[in-house]
Amino acid sequence: MFPFCFEWVWDMSHIVFMGGLWYALGIVGAGLTYCIVKAAKESSDNHSNGDH
Amino acid sequence: MDSALIPKGVKRCSLGRFSLWMIALTAILLWGVIAMLLCWFKGLNQTNMNDAYGFALWIWADLAVIALGGGAFFTGFLKYIVGKDELKNIINYAVVIGVVCYVSALLILAIDVGQPLRSWFIFWHANVHSMLTEVAFCLSCYLVVLIIEFLPLLFENPKLDRKPFFHHLSHNMHEIMAIFAATGAFLSFFHQGSLGGVSGVLFGRPFAFREGLFIWPWTFFLFTWSAAACGPCFTILITRITEKIAKKKLVKDNVIDLLAKISGWMLGTYIIAKIFDTWYWAAYTLPKQGFSLIDFYSNNPFYGIWILIVEIFVCGIIPAVILISSKGRKNKRLFMTAIILAVIGVCINRWVMVMQTMAAPVMTFEDWFMYYPSWQEVATTILPVAFGAIFISFAYRYLPIFPQESELNPID
Repeated sequence: MFPFCFEWVWDMSHIVFMGGLWYALGIVGAGLTYCIVKAAKESSDNHSNGDH
Repeated sequence: MDSALIPKGVKRCSLGRFSLWMIALTAILLWGVIAMLLCWFKGLNQTNMNDAYGFALWIWADLAVIALGGGAFFTGFLKYIVGKDELKNIINYAVVIGVVCYVSALLILAIDVGQPLRSWFIFWHANVHSMLTEVAFCLSCYLVVLIIEFLPLLFENPKLDRKPFFHHLSHNMHEIMAIFAATGAFLSFFHQGSLGGVSGVLFGRPFAFREGLFIWPWTFFLFTWSAAACGPCFTILITRITEKIAKKKLVKDNVIDLLAKISGWMLGTYIIAKIFDTWYWAAYTLPKQGFSLIDFYSNNPFYGIWILIVEIFVCGIIPAVILISSKGRKNKRLFMTAIILAVIGVCINRWVMVMQTMAAPVMTFEDWFMYYPSWQEVATTILPVAFGAIFISFAYRYLPIFPQESELNPID
């Protein structure tokens, strides 16, 4: 659920519950994105250096 | 035939033998799948649940596998946050077992909701006043975390590791694994706790209701505590079973000893807290509601005071004492007895908090409600066990799960 949904209410319960969910998903998503982007960069660097 | 996929430096059985093992497990799995499809296509009338038992065998199985899967988060917490580096030799297996447990939990829930296509409703139309919403959020997020923790293992398979992208991805994921482990520990603390909280806030069910701290009943903390204590015991038990089947040692004794010692202390402190909780509930909470302890352990064909004694004394105090003492851990028979008792103990705890809560009468005109699961419920509860055995077998065969295996079992 997002704040633009009709069911959303700006109260503590919605902020804590949904905020917690986005927070956890945000950390996991950011961590995974960092690993994938770095791996893609490293493997393309290796490829251009002729390592593999 | 599949030798290119088998990790270097380890020996596995022939593909034919492995296939026979898989066929046997798949037959059990199919039995569960048939029952699952019956529940999905014909509805929950396939179960023996009724107005008294909205929660039944599936919810017990769910709570039990989640508690047993607690080995993944607690071992990860000890390894990455506390810094117990020796546990790197068992963390991979703890993660594999965690993935099995959490996939099983979500699979059981997918059957239990009756309409799995509407599972996304819980995220989009979330009831923010329900502890079960928090459980659903944390369970699904934690499964994602577990899969992320499992992926580097998959990428270390000899075939995949040759691809530079997967090699680097695996390395990068290892580098920041502490962040994922910390997120996993945070999510686990809350969903393990909230599963206990669900029972504890039921003020209309005096058997389960507990007082507590702020919005959290004591059961919130006891569930997290017991999962952290007994989850690693389950990891040790499955490791020992794997060693027995593989007929070789896979993890050094000092690693198992460390994990068992920590589990023992966790179990010991948990059981003291549980005794206090039970005493306070019997002496203060129940009388205030017009009940006495014996009301919940008499006048029915199954739930006697024995179940409380088995849970607290036989499966709590005894394994805790054995696991805490160095002599107890060194005696192989005693050690395995303690590990098995601890695993049974947490399952009994989840059983009474779900099933006995439903069975106990709350009105003066009511009698005890007894319940027997239908074969469809039993088959769908066994389904995750078959799935787990298949998943673990594949993981053991093709992935470098045990870092000490080649050292402990050198190939000539």
